Amino acid sequence: MPMLLRLSGVNTYYGQIHILTDVDLEVAEGELVCLLGGNASGKSTTLKTVIGIVEPRTGTVEFAGEDVTGKNTSYRIKQGMAIVPENRRLFAPMTVRENLEMGAYLLGRAKKEDFERVYSLFPLLHERRNQLAGTLSGGEQQMVAMGRALMSQPKLLLMDEPSMGLAPILVERNFEIIKQVHEAGVAVLVVEQNANISLSIADRGYVLQTGRVVLTGPAKDLLEHEDLKKAYLGR
Amino acid sequence: MHLPLLNIIDTVRQLGWGGAFELLRNGIVLGSVYALIALGYTMVYGILKLLNFAHGDIYMVGAFLGYGVLSILGGPLAPTIAMVPLILLMFLGGMLGSGVLGVVVERFAYRPLRNAPRIAPLISALGVSFFLANSALLLTHGERFNYAMYQLGGDPNTGLPGPLNQPAFSVAGRPVTVVQVLVVSTSIALMIALTLLVSRTRLGKAMRATSYDREAASMMGIDTDRVIASTFFIGSVLAGAAGVMFGLYIGETYYLMGFLAGLKAFTAAVVGGIGSIPGAMVGGLLIGVTEAYAAGYVGGQWSDVAVFGILILFMLLRPSGLFGAKTIQKV
Ligand SMILES: Nc1ncnc2c1ncn2[C@@H]1O[C@H](COP(=O)(O)OP(=O)(O)OP(=O)(O)O)[C@@H](O)[C@H]1O
Ligand SMILES: [Mg+2]
Repeated sequence: MPMLLRLSGVNTYYGQIHILTDVDLEVAEGELVCLLGGNASGKSTTLKTVIGIVEPRTGTVEFAGEDVTGKNTSYRIKQGMAIVPENRRLFAPMTVRENLEMGAYLLGRAKKEDFERVYSLFPLLHERRNQLAGTLSGGEQQMVAMGRALMSQPKLLLMDEPSMGLAPILVERNFEIIKQVHEAGVAVLVVEQNANISLSIADRGYVLQTGRVVLTGPAKDLLEHEDLKKAYLGR
Repeated sequence: MHLPLLNIIDTVRQLGWGGAFELLRNGIVLGSVYALIALGYTMVYGILKLLNFAHGDIYMVGAFLGYGVLSILGGPLAPTIAMVPLILLMFLGGMLGSGVLGVVVERFAYRPLRNAPRIAPLISALGVSFFLANSALLLTHGERFNYAMYQLGGDPNTGLPGPLNQPAFSVAGRPVTVVQVLVVSTSIALMIALTLLVSRTRLGKAMRATSYDREAASMMGIDTDRVIASTFFIGSVLAGAAGVMFGLYIGETYYLMGFLAGLKAFTAAVVGGIGSIPGAMVGGLLIGVTEAYAAGYVGGQWSDVAVFGILILFMLLRPSGLFGAKTIQKV
């Protein structure tokens, strides 16, 4: 399958602090890839590097066959990226509908079909469309964050710990949705603490440790990997 | 024994209901001007958490630009075009000029400091304020320029007042003049336009999103630099309109006029709850009315004391203001 996203030799810094070291990472079209790693290993920084919130000092980010290193976030979103940020980062004083509109900001006026697509995935959001996002429950907020990212019909969906703070039943439902989105042909790069459940639906996985990729392979293999079992899978 | 309180009661009695109405009228007119300036303060604070001390000077520049348009078109005594287009052009000049100036100030004095510690843009704002006031001093030699509201379109030979100074209607036998109606209604129209813009349009929503969480907004592809520049433009346009209104209403423009007006608008923004748009509107009116009543009942020299007394009271008792969020950041 053709490559959709390719990070090659990426080194990202915050000021003088070296966060990502020589990261190589790929996501094929329509692939579901999960990114694992302990706290502060650089997972969020990787996603921010992909979408252009931070720029790598060296290395390149290619997307859909084009070098997008140095291009701003708006450009990358126009090319087909979207993100569900860590902690969701909803616009709390705005309504559910307005939050969704912000997801389609670059399309000009959000189209009716885009809302309908998102509402059919999350019928509850239609019911709550005029409620302020900040007053929703955690699970509902997660739906808004996901719906907001899907408004622009991305080719690649980046998700940073989408199940953080959700009850186990919601985590499962959340992954059902991710699977559904993936099956509809969207490539997904998902950061998760819950390695078991994310590897169980992923095609491939990467493991980060202090900013380096220390392990990568098909999800099935990673699930059986001894080091990983000990470190993340709790088995 | 001399008791100031008794004096106030006497004055209230003497002025009666008609006088009370006149003071209210003056307060509302002045308050609409403060409210327009306060809106720019509060919008910029909302989006950058910056107290833009140069905002009052942008208002001053707007007032001078309005005067400039007036004098190019023949001046107050012999305007070369009809009154309505003349006033429209004065507003247009003042508003656009101030708007562009606001964007330039943001671009060169604040944007380079976007990621600097909070104190840096604050100092830069003070610098811009001095720069603008002193540039105006150099250009105007400290002279006061008069819109000459009384003559504007009036007859210099007979001394008949121009149309702006005619009564539009009266309440309890006290006139409300055309210019007073003009100031209040323009101000209301601009506030309605702003409210619609912020609540309904794509730019307005992007402004709210950026105010709430700038990084999240850029993750949605919103060009936050452009949204911030637009916020400065809109806020400065309103200040420019306020400057022209003040010129039409009071008449006199002066290089330091932005200082006190800026402080009062700042007070209005704080009283309303800094960052809150309805707060700035209500705060502006409250400050204008307070000032008018303090001047009328206690004495002109007390009006500023009353206004800044309110500022201190709010800072102590309700720092989040009437409409503000419960927390306020230290600046
Ligand atoms: N804006 C920033 N400025 C400076 N350092 C930062 C910044 N953002 C993150 N860091 C540092 O970079 C390192 C990696 O952070 P990152 O958020 O990528 O980790 P993570 O793997 O997502 O962790 P977690 O699982 O806790 O979310 C951390 O040490 C963090 O303190
Ligand atoms: Mg993280």
